[in-house]
Amino acid sequence: MVENKHQWKAWIYLSPAIVLLLVFTVWPIINTLIMAFSENYSSLAGLGGQTFKFGLGNFQHVIGYKGFITCLKNTMLLCVLTVPLSTILALLISVCLNAIKPFQKLLQTIYFLPYVTNSIAIGMVFAAMFNIVGNISSQEQIITTAGIINNFLGLFGVEPINWINAGSSYWANITVMVVYIVWNALPFKILILLGGLQSVNKQYYDAAKIDSTPKWRVLTKITVPLLSPMIAYVVITGFIGGFKEYSSIVGIFDVGMGPAGDHGRLNTMVGYIYDSIKNQQGRASAAALILFGIIFVVTMINLYVSKKKTHY
Amino acid sequence: MKVELQNLTKIFPSRNKKSNEEVIAVNDFTLTIPDGKLVGLLGPSGCGKSTTLYMISGLQKASSGKIFFGEEDVTNVSPENRGVGLVFQNYALYPHMTVKQNILFPLQNLTGKDKLPKNEMIERAYEVARLVQIDDLMERKPNELSGGQQQRVAIARALVKMPRILLLDEPLSNLDARLRLQTREEIRRIQKETGITTIFVTHDQEEAMSISDMIIVMKLGIVQQVGKPQDIYDDPTNLFVAKFLGTPPINVFDGKISGGKLYIGEDAVLDVKGVEDKDVFVGIRPEGFVPSDKGEFNCKLNNVEVMGRDVSIVSTNSASLNPVIRSIVSSEYVKTIAEDQETIAYSLIPHKVFIFDKETEERICF
Repeated sequence: MVENKHQWKAWIYLSPAIVLLLVFTVWPIINTLIMAFSENYSSLAGLGGQTFKFGLGNFQHVIGYKGFITCLKNTMLLCVLTVPLSTILALLISVCLNAIKPFQKLLQTIYFLPYVTNSIAIGMVFAAMFNIVGNISSQEQIITTAGIINNFLGLFGVEPINWINAGSSYWANITVMVVYIVWNALPFKILILLGGLQSVNKQYYDAAKIDSTPKWRVLTKITVPLLSPMIAYVVITGFIGGFKEYSSIVGIFDVGMGPAGDHGRLNTMVGYIYDSIKNQQGRASAAALILFGIIFVVTMINLYVSKKKTHY
Repeated sequence: MKVELQNLTKIFPSRNKKSNEEVIAVNDFTLTIPDGKLVGLLGPSGCGKSTTLYMISGLQKASSGKIFFGEEDVTNVSPENRGVGLVFQNYALYPHMTVKQNILFPLQNLTGKDKLPKNEMIERAYEVARLVQIDDLMERKPNELSGGQQQRVAIARALVKMPRILLLDEPLSNLDARLRLQTREEIRRIQKETGITTIFVTHDQEEAMSISDMIIVMKLGIVQQVGKPQDIYDDPTNLFVAKFLGTPPINVFDGKISGGKLYIGEDAVLDVKGVEDKDVFVGIRPEGFVPSDKGEFNCKLNNVEVMGRDVSIVSTNSASLNPVIRSIVSSEYVKTIAEDQETIAYSLIPHKVFIFDKETEERICF
């Protein structure tokens, strides 16, 4: 117990952290709430001493805006596609990694590398891989100078696809984004699942072996249920991360958030918030609160489902 | 199913590359286990008994030697295809499945012509659950069961697929003393009812002696003696086996043979005709002492522990290798011991006295 007369000391020790948290976390949250519920909020006008009426105008604006619906749709789509895909892939890869004896540590390191690499840099590399280099006005040039992905597909006789350049289709763009986001999400998930796998008592597998359990059944009936707490964790954090998708799209399409000529086509919720932050802080705040609400609801659903499905 | 081990050997390579210290966990184990018997593999920890069990199950590969189930050579058969049931030391029940799902699991793995219809599987599961008396716990999860109940679920799971051989790894070590007594009777009963050849591993000689048809005593990977529990107790082949079996343990003395007589200290305690003169170890079972005024073997009397039917006389002798000598005698002898008596003389029962060579520790028969 800290004695009463020394309590001020404790506060002094805590103050650096508390001050920083107050300035950079608590105040922004409060300010977001204020801005979101202020009609026609503008920070410049606010500095000039103007006061704003309380109202829901910002929310009405955001929800009514066509661009915001696009952002919402893109975000949802990327979440729904990438989270299950990356979780399943991560599970398979970690099971395989766990089964390999030689070079296990080396392979684990290699699989973890993307996690410590800058996502903008990775995005630029992916952009180059999916790119069509050169003047795309001539069809011939597309074929001869396509990026590595198109070259690879060419080995199987697939016509070069315009993945990300001007004139590319929406679904081509989404495919690139899914590949990139899944690839980027794998290392963290593998790390968590591999850690879980290595803490599973090996005797369960011995017991399964004695009972002549087929490999597939071992995976579905023993490994997955025993890993379920870790799987729930990566799914929940995956959805939270997915709803905040932004930098990956910037990495590939730049701040235009879409291929040349179709700017904004791949914009996301966070992208919308960034776009509005300069002149429309009120709307940006409202959008941020809406995003918070969505993540909150989805996480609650996730927790509810995982409580039913995870064991012990 | 008869189990036959031929020159079975397991060598673990050394972990340290610089030193070439291999560990020979099981060394040249040859044995035939007759069909339908309950066999105890007995030895102190690290003697290779569990390794032997795991080699029979197939989870460990033999370094050399052969294993036969009946006439079939299963040495290179994978554990999946050996058809054995194995109960692990900590049971390894799947924590996310109910008791019923745990027991059904091996049946659901069956494929092809062995595949059972669903209702038959459930019938079989309940049948085996009744056998081990857990049929009222079928919907519980393993963590809602006591140790003894988990133990029985593990046995049920091993039995449900009708294994050719049932293997138990230290089946009683996680149970408390009372439950241990009860469960070992259960294991005996279940084995009798099913008639499945059963091999279990234990370091507890009492456990092995009480329920086994046959016990195998091992030490440092080498089989010391194989036989019926009583035969091994009455006729140990070496000092290790004699010391390992029996509670209270055998009393060991320094002794020597001279002119056809066995001496412990200065006392000539027994006639041993036809044995050459040499220094020996003498082992005397606690029940081999008979207090007698004319006894040849003189000891200092410490105290008398009354245990009801029998009494245990605690005495000391300078030649004894144990701190005290413990003898078990009928309680009527107590009356013959005076309050202030300081010494006691015993005559010895010859077939409770064993002589072992000092060098080899092998038994010398007389």
